[in-house]
Amino acid sequence: MTKVVVAMSGGVDSSVAAALLKEQGYDVIGMMLRLWSEPGKEGSNRCCTPDSMGQARRVAAKLDIPFYVIDAKDVFRETVVQYFLDGYARGETPNPCLICNRQIRWTFLLEHALALEADYMATGHYVRIQKGEDGRMNLLRALDRSKDQSYVLYVLNQAKLRRALFPIGDYPKTEIRAIAERFGLPTASRKDSQDLCFLAGEDYRNFLRRNAAELLKPGDILTREGTSVGTHTGLANYTIGQRKGLGIASSVPLYVLGKDSSTNALIVGTREELGSQELVARDINWQSGEAPKEPFRAEVKIRYTAQEAEAWVTPIDADRVQVRFDAPQRDITAGQAAVFFRGDLLIGGGIIL
Amino acid sequence: MVYLDYSATTPVDPRVVAAMTPYFSTSFGNPSSVHRYGQVAEAAVDSARETVASVLHCSPEEIIFTSCGSESDNLAIRGAAYAMREKTGARWILASRAEHPAVVKTLLQLEKYEGFLLEWLDVDEQGRVTPEIVSSAICDSTAIVSVMYANNEIGTINPVKAIAEVCRNHNILLHTDAVQAAAYLPVDVRTLGVDMMSLGAHKFYGPKGVGALYVRKGTPLVSHLTGGGQEFNLRAGTQNVPYIVGFAEALRLTNEERNQRVTHVQPLRDRILGSVLETIPDARLTGPMDARLPHHASFAFKGVDGNLLLTLLDAAGFACSSGSACKTGNPEPSEVMNAIGLSRDWGLGSLRVTLGIQTTAADVDAFLAALPGLVEKARKLK
Repeated sequence: MTKVVVAMSGGVDSSVAAALLKEQGYDVIGMMLRLWSEPGKEGSNRCCTPDSMGQARRVAAKLDIPFYVIDAKDVFRETVVQYFLDGYARGETPNPCLICNRQIRWTFLLEHALALEADYMATGHYVRIQKGEDGRMNLLRALDRSKDQSYVLYVLNQAKLRRALFPIGDYPKTEIRAIAERFGLPTASRKDSQDLCFLAGEDYRNFLRRNAAELLKPGDILTREGTSVGTHTGLANYTIGQRKGLGIASSVPLYVLGKDSSTNALIVGTREELGSQELVARDINWQSGEAPKEPFRAEVKIRYTAQEAEAWVTPIDADRVQVRFDAPQRDITAGQAAVFFRGDLLIGGGIIL
Repeated sequence: MVYLDYSATTPVDPRVVAAMTPYFSTSFGNPSSVHRYGQVAEAAVDSARETVASVLHCSPEEIIFTSCGSESDNLAIRGAAYAMREKTGARWILASRAEHPAVVKTLLQLEKYEGFLLEWLDVDEQGRVTPEIVSSAICDSTAIVSVMYANNEIGTINPVKAIAEVCRNHNILLHTDAVQAAAYLPVDVRTLGVDMMSLGAHKFYGPKGVGALYVRKGTPLVSHLTGGGQEFNLRAGTQNVPYIVGFAEALRLTNEERNQRVTHVQPLRDRILGSVLETIPDARLTGPMDARLPHHASFAFKGVDGNLLLTLLDAAGFACSSGSACKTGNPEPSEVMNAIGLSRDWGLGSLRVTLGIQTTAADVDAFLAALPGLVEKARKLK
C-alpha cells in the first residue's frame, strides 16, 4: 500500500486532503509540527496552538489514521526566525513562510515522513501537480484561482515535487467544505490571516523590539534628492508603499519608496514616484530544474496577495534574473518573492533584491 | 501492532468483565438504598472489599474505594496532611524526587495554598530512596512521608519495608503509591508495614476509573470528597459498583496468578535488557538491573528525541512509552530523569518497554530486531 504523510493543521483543507487520500486507498499518516514560539508564549504559535492540535487529533481519530506531533522548535528558530531577523537587518521585508515551506515543511518534515517509510508527503495547499510529457513534475496553479497558493511553493525542486501530493488543488473551496461535511469533518478554515505564526497575533514590530531591538536604530528620512525631511524610528518599522505613520509635515502625502540600510535612511517620495518597472531577484529556483537561457514572457507575482503582471524575465546569471514589467508596479519590496507563471504553470521564482 | 506499554494500562481480563457485567443493568441498585436492589449492590461492594482486604492482609474497613490511583494518592496525602496538622501541628511532608505526578502535584498544591513545607528526598542513580535518607530527613514536625513502592518510569523497587520501619520508629505516617507495583509485587500491608497504600485497577487487567486506598485503622484522615457517608465517611459519592467488583476480581486474579505472570514476563524482559544494551551504542539502562519490576525495561539513548523514537516505533508497529512522552511535540526530560542525574541529551532519549501476560517471545524478537535501526534513524533525524 502506498504510504503518505499528510501535514495536518486541524483546518478544513488539510483535513479534507487526508480524507481524500484515505478514500483513494492510501495508507495515510497525519503529522503536525510543533513550531517555535517566544519564551512565555508557547502555545500561541498560530500554526500549532493547542486548539488546532486537538482539532487535528480529532480529525485523525475520525479518519482512523495515526497522528504524530514532531518537535521542530529548534530548527524553526534557527532557520525561519533567524531568516526573518536577518532580512530586517538587511533592510528587507522578509517572507519567512517561504523559508518555512522550503526548510521546515519540505525538508525537515519530509525527512521525517520518509523516515516513517512514506512514499509521499501531502499538504492542504491549493495547488496542482502534474507529470509532464518529459517526465518532469509540473506545479500548476489551483483550479480555484482565488485560492491558489502556488506562490509559497515556488521553492520546491523536482526531487521534492516527486514526493509531493496536493489532493485539494483540483477542487473549489466550496466543494472542499462539502467534502468535509460528507466525511463529518470540521469545516472551519483557519483565519486567512497574513500574520506570521510565531508573532502570536501581535504586530511584527513588537516582536522585533523584544528580540532584535538593535535593528530599530532611528535615522534620517530622506527624499530621493537627499533632503532630510524627518527622523524614522528604525527601518524595520516601515514597509514599502507605507503612507501613514511617517510623522512628516508635508503639503503632499509622502510614501515610503525604499530603504538604504548602508546609511540607515528611509527614502520617501510622492505618489507619482512610487512604483518601478524593473526588479532583480536572487536565489532563483527553476522548478523544472533547468534555467532558461533566453528571456521569456511571464506573468509575475511580487507578493502573495498581488495580482500577477505581464513581464519579460531575463536570466542574468545562474542565480539572478531581471524582471521588466510592461507597466510600472507599486510596492516592489526587497525580501518578498517574485514568482513567474505561464498560464497555470509555475516556472520559478526568487527573492527580490 | 505489538503492545509493549503495559505500565500505561492493560486490557481488562475477560474474567473481570464477566464479574462486572451483572452490576451494570441486572443488579444496578445503589448500595446506600434500603430496598433489595440496594442490598444486592451493597453486598457486592462488601464482598469486593473483603476480597481486596484478604489480598492485602488487612481488614475490610481499611479499604476505601476511589475513582483511580491518583485519587487514592490525593486522599492519602491531603487527608493525612490536614489531619496531622490539626492533631499535632506537623507541617513537613517528605517525598522522593521520583514520585508520580499524582503525588508531586498534590504536594506542590499543599505547599502553595496550605502552607505545608516540602522536603524532597534524593534518590540514588537508580532512582531508589534509602531508609538512611528518610531517617536523616525525618523530624518531629513531619506530618507524612510518601515513597512509591515501584517507579512507573524506570521500574525501581523501593525498600518500602525498611522505610516503613524508620517511620514507625519515629511515629510518622508512611504512604506508598503502589499503583505500578501491584501488578507484580506482593501487596501485603502487614509485611510492608505502611500506613496507607494507593492502588489502581487498570494496571493489573482491571478497568480504568477505579482505585483503592488502604488506610491502616487509626490513621487520622480528613475526607476531601465530601457528601454522603459512603466509604466510611472518607469518600462521598455513590459507589461505582461494577468497577469496584472489577477491581476486586482483577486483584484477586493477580494475586493468585502472580508467580505464573512473573515467570512469563521476566525472561522476556531480561532478553530485552540484554539485547538492547548489547546492540545499541550509547544506550544505558535507567533504574536498577535487579531490584526492578519484572515486566519493566527502561533505557536512555544519548542524542535521541524520545518522542520521535516513539513515533518511529509506532509507525513500525510497536507501542511503547517514554519518560518525556508528550503528544504536543514539546518534550522535556521528566523529573525522574533529572532526579537520577541524567543530562538533557540522555534524559530526552528515554524509552520504556513494559510487558504483559499477552506478550509473546515473537513480539519481543520483532521488537529487538526493529529497535536498533529506529534508534539510528532517530539519531540521524535530530
